[in-house]
Amino acid sequence: MKYYAEIINEKGAIAVDDTILTKDTLSTAGSHILEGYKPLFSAEAVERLEKNGFNISGKTHVGEFGLDLVGEFSYYNKFEDGETLKGAAAELVKSGDVKAALGVDMNGATRRAAALSNVAFLKPTYGTVSRYGVISCAASGEQLGVYGKDADTVAEIMTVIAGNDKKDGTSLFESSYTYDTNADVKNAKVCIVKELLDKADDDVKANIVSYAETLKAQGVEVEEISCDFFEAANTAWQILMCAETCNNVSRYDGVKYGHRSENYRNIDELYVNSRTEGFNFLTKAVILYGSDVLSKTRYNDCYDKALRVRRVVAEKMKELFSKYDAVLTPVCSKSEYKAYDIKDAFTKVFEESVFTAVPNLIGLPALVSCGVQLISKQFDESKLLSLSKIVERKGE
Amino acid sequence: MIMAYELVIGLETHVELNTESKIFCSCGGHSSPKEPNDCVCPACSGMPGMLPVMNKRVVELAATAGLMLNCEINRYTTFDKKNYYYPDLPCAYQITQLNHPICVNGLVKVKTAAGERDIRIKQIHMEEDAGKLVHGGNSSFVDFNRTSVPLIEIVTQPDFRSPEEVVTYLGKLKSMFKSTGISECEEGAMRCDVNISVREEGSEKFGVRTEIKNMASFEAIDRAIRYEAQRHMDALEFGTEELVQETRRFDDVSGKTFAMRNKETEADYRYFPDPNLMPIVIDDEWLEEIKANKPVALDEKAEAYAEAGISDKEIAMLMSEHTVAKLLDDVIALGCNAKDAAAWILTDCAGILRKAGLKLKDLSITAEGLSYLIKKVDEGKLNRGAAKKTLIAVIENGADPIAYCEEQGFTKEIDSSMIEAVIDKAIESNPQAVSDYKAGKEKALMAIFGACMKELKGSGDPGQIRTMLIEKLKN
Ligand SMILES: [Zn+2]
Repeated sequence: MKYYAEIINEKGAIAVDDTILTKDTLSTAGSHILEGYKPLFSAEAVERLEKNGFNISGKTHVGEFGLDLVGEFSYYNKFEDGETLKGAAAELVKSGDVKAALGVDMNGATRRAAALSNVAFLKPTYGTVSRYGVISCAASGEQLGVYGKDADTVAEIMTVIAGNDKKDGTSLFESSYTYDTNADVKNAKVCIVKELLDKADDDVKANIVSYAETLKAQGVEVEEISCDFFEAANTAWQILMCAETCNNVSRYDGVKYGHRSENYRNIDELYVNSRTEGFNFLTKAVILYGSDVLSKTRYNDCYDKALRVRRVVAEKMKELFSKYDAVLTPVCSKSEYKAYDIKDAFTKVFEESVFTAVPNLIGLPALVSCGVQLISKQFDESKLLSLSKIVERKGE
Repeated sequence: MIMAYELVIGLETHVELNTESKIFCSCGGHSSPKEPNDCVCPACSGMPGMLPVMNKRVVELAATAGLMLNCEINRYTTFDKKNYYYPDLPCAYQITQLNHPICVNGLVKVKTAAGERDIRIKQIHMEEDAGKLVHGGNSSFVDFNRTSVPLIEIVTQPDFRSPEEVVTYLGKLKSMFKSTGISECEEGAMRCDVNISVREEGSEKFGVRTEIKNMASFEAIDRAIRYEAQRHMDALEFGTEELVQETRRFDDVSGKTFAMRNKETEADYRYFPDPNLMPIVIDDEWLEEIKANKPVALDEKAEAYAEAGISDKEIAMLMSEHTVAKLLDDVIALGCNAKDAAAWILTDCAGILRKAGLKLKDLSITAEGLSYLIKKVDEGKLNRGAAKKTLIAVIENGADPIAYCEEQGFTKEIDSSMIEAVIDKAIESNPQAVSDYKAGKEKALMAIFGACMKELKGSGDPGQIRTMLIEKLKN
């Protein structure tokens, strides 16, 4: 596999995934429809890094609009049959070629990539990092996050990029946030959701158990609990995600920029042919599904219900966090994915997202490290990073 | 037998708001750009990665319009996305308000020869405009200057009963918004969709409703309603055709309406709440501020002007130019008499403007400058002629009125001994005129008086000078 879609700076220390805009360099979200697109400005997070003296090394490959498992369906980067799937940004961080990377977590692809490459990725609380310059799909739950080799690196980069941005109406008020990796978590309480654990294979389960043991050895209390709403939360997020994506990618019509079909006789054909050629099978499935759940006849049963589920899940998670500091879950059902046919992608991603959907659905922070995921209440990133550091230390 | 029929009409009126920037980006809003795509940025041209940021002024203007139409202001208001593909819509969706519009339940009184009728306003919502397609040769071009220009859409209940009422209502909206600066209401800045049905007089049930889309001139709206009403009545009376609920367009040339293609009208717009725009909460403090800043609406203002003795003709002039009305209000606020001030603006200034080939709205004098001139004249420290000269200098050359008066010596303090000296000198140097006057030729006075005024270079109170001169000549 190739890591970079475009190299910006040979001596760069930070990679940026291709769903994030970088001024005057290709920013295509892995899609044919945005072929050749060079934006006029950089994302706010990229600007903040550059202002703070960080060099951007280049743009890493992503799956088209970040909709796939880990980046396997990019128009610009092909995996061979049977090859093991890895996320480009995560692999660069793992190999030490870059210090850290920015990625957009929309439907778990970044977290899954981090888990499979055994690096850290933080999907921060919704609204803490500006989405200005993110090639947006699911605005209500996507969030720009950071890959790093460990909690300290993630915290260092987060401190730079987080904080209010007036160019993003969903950006929260605080001008900056602190990310502490040495918070006192000795008496923290962590729960494991049985229903999620049951969906994972033995390797993944064993990893969770050993992670829990390490925490316990440091005085952290770990309990297994039963929680019945993760499936519903995932379905709700898939509905909202598909609907918002369908709407946001509507602007890619071949009229203004990106790919335009050579075969058209009128405006309708220009739209249809450009989009037919420009989107891959998975994006088309998402568009169709999203269009369907927003249609007049289905809106109340699908989209509106998903919004209701979102509120219920927020309540239930709040209840959970009144008893526990964090939820410990798998990130993927397996410890590695093999290349597969794109026709199966929609279902596969849907199934795997059961582990990752809740933080997207209700804006919670989630930290992936050592192949597991910790979820906390809003703004509790320091607790997640500090818990993770306990386990990292043990591995040293 | 020919039945008596009743028209039932409801209106949806789009009005462009007069803001400095567009609704969701910082591009200049109303001030019309010269070239196509002069006034666009990545956000309003649909580039990826851009996010809409709400222009607070749009909320204030929309709420103000609502207050003028006696609406309730929703304290919690949200935006929705309306999806459809058209090349002039860069994102392939329009941001509008479906579920929680900013204003609801208003009322406007409309007076025609048939009497006064209450028109209920169902709601007012905020939305963004689309761009424009320009067709030429084998190609079509898109101009995004208008995309994201802020609009309000005012939706009435089906309360109109005649085209006269519709046109009166629209005229009322137009002068109300124009006189208060909410909208410039220029050509095409007010567009209407008309819902129309016909029923037997006295019937409670509504007839089949058709909608005529997107008309910009009052005249076209009037003709379209008359044509469509006749078409409905013919269908009901003579069975000329079967009426169906549909969307139609009015053809200005033939004066007829035509059904639009189903494809355009039966679209499912797949509305959903826009996750990029947080709900807007209008708290008590903000609402009070909006209320306090609400310009006085046409009716109340016209009444106040009339009470102050300003003529109907002058009021009409003031109502059509909100900047001029504002100037008058400011001058009055600075302590000038309303009737006098109106005459200064609408007679003196207007006359100078007309001679210079300018329009009333080009009047650029400040309220301070004008009130200074008016007060000086009232106090007898500046004569009208000098004031007028000053106004010409202000209007034609952009002079500062206070500085100009001083420069020209118009406002030099003059005591009666100085005037006396000037009068003595004038009498001495005009012996013929003096003897003529003394012989009974009253007109001869003007020559001596003119000589005094010339010497005084316009300063001094002409009335006082004249009286003093006559006194002197009695000796
Ligand atoms: Zn703009």
